[in-house]
Amino acid sequence: MIADSGSSSMSASTAIYVHDIPAERPWSYALKKGQTLRIIDSEGQQAVDALLYCLADPAERYSAQDTLRTQGSAYVELGTRLISNKGRVMARITADSCGRHDTSAGCCSCESNAVRFGEATKYQHACRENFILELSRYGLSKRDIVANLNFFMNVPIDPNGNFAVVDGISAPGNYVDVSMELDVIFVISNCPQVNNPCNGFNPTPIRVMIWDEPKL
Amino acid sequence: MTVIASRQDIVEANRRRYEELRTAGQEAKPKALPELTALDAAPILPEAVISREEVPGDWYAIVRLRRGEALRIADPAGQSSVSMIAWREEETSERINCADTVKVQWSAVVSRGRVILSDMGRVMFSLIEDTSGAHDLMVGGSTQASAAAAYGAASRNTQENFTAGAAKVGLGPRDIPPCVTFFAPVAVDPAGRFVWNETVKRPGDFVDLRAEMNTIVVLSNCAHPLNPARPSPSRPITLVRYRAPAAMADDPCRTGSAEAARAFAFTDRLYG
Repeated sequence: MIADSGSSSMSASTAIYVHDIPAERPWSYALKKGQTLRIIDSEGQQAVDALLYCLADPAERYSAQDTLRTQGSAYVELGTRLISNKGRVMARITADSCGRHDTSAGCCSCESNAVRFGEATKYQHACRENFILELSRYGLSKRDIVANLNFFMNVPIDPNGNFAVVDGISAPGNYVDVSMELDVIFVISNCPQVNNPCNGFNPTPIRVMIWDEPKL
Repeated sequence: MTVIASRQDIVEANRRRYEELRTAGQEAKPKALPELTALDAAPILPEAVISREEVPGDWYAIVRLRRGEALRIADPAGQSSVSMIAWREEETSERINCADTVKVQWSAVVSRGRVILSDMGRVMFSLIEDTSGAHDLMVGGSTQASAAAAYGAASRNTQENFTAGAAKVGLGPRDIPPCVTFFAPVAVDPAGRFVWNETVKRPGDFVDLRAEMNTIVVLSNCAHPLNPARPSPSRPITLVRYRAPAAMADDPCRTGSAEAARAFAFTDRLYG
């Protein structure tokens, strides 16, 4: 299911924050309950790896398996509730002009790249490097990196179990809105992967925008 | 004169390599996988056995498995599912990684001949015997809430079993990664919904994991959250820790794919 616009109160002029995340770079923000984060795939076919931690206690964090179990299906889409490892709803997907996001394929790392694509690729920048560095600002470490969300990443799973990252279906300007139901640290790695089609083999910038909870 | 590849040449070369790897991973590798183990095959020699344990339904066990040892997880009643997490003993920030396991092997399902990877590009376990071939890496184990809804308040569950197991080896909730669940026939239908295929489960199913590094393992014998049986179907399981036969040069887990061969090479360097 696809929604092509968020709330009408969410215009560029009402956003409290707008930022372009350069290609290959990390970003994070402490988002309050009720705020909405829009992630815009500015140039299309760009995977955005994301993790969420509860601000009050980061040991409570996004759980891909709990999210999939709770919704009973394998992909992240409009309406998906992002569930913590304690079973609480951390956030909800409230708009989505792309239609397909992954949370089973994890993030790229130097080490998994070396296994997948040969040892020379070990020395290429990777999402886990971004996550480690960004999480270090909050006193978190590699052990806090769990299976993440991959916005705009297309990973179809067929009934026989075949599993592959295939060409992204997001067009330039496609976006996804994530509305917070708890105070969270939202961490992004704008994926640097050049060895598979998740970024069209060409990482590009993305934009993030934040709105406060609409006043009634 | 050096020829510098253009950006476009690099993109096209990377795409070609990806498509070659995908073809090998999704077409050649599955054909080369060994058959599932027969229920009456692969007896463990008595002199190879190190220890045996029976784990009651809904309970958990902690097992330290050294490189070269194997663990048989057997489900005599054919009704249990067994969720597992694991860390490298010497460096517990290295742990089982389900996402890398499925991504690297181009398959959301694992069976005999496959491996389970750590987050550091190394092999933690090889599936050297496997009668089932129906193991879940996507949905995870039961939680306090899911077990309470299914079986009633105060029901034991995998989430709490993992918390308790981790605590007994000095680890905490931050150290609990997504789990793999054995004997859990979960598939994804064309609409993306998870489906449970009970007919795949058989009394006497077992899976043998050969440790490729020194590991600390926590196993939770709680019913899988997608199992529709009420009350909880979990029954006692047996664990047999034994000295595995040494891997031969043609060991299917080590040689089954270019990715597996590289992951083993990286693992061997820890002990070389």
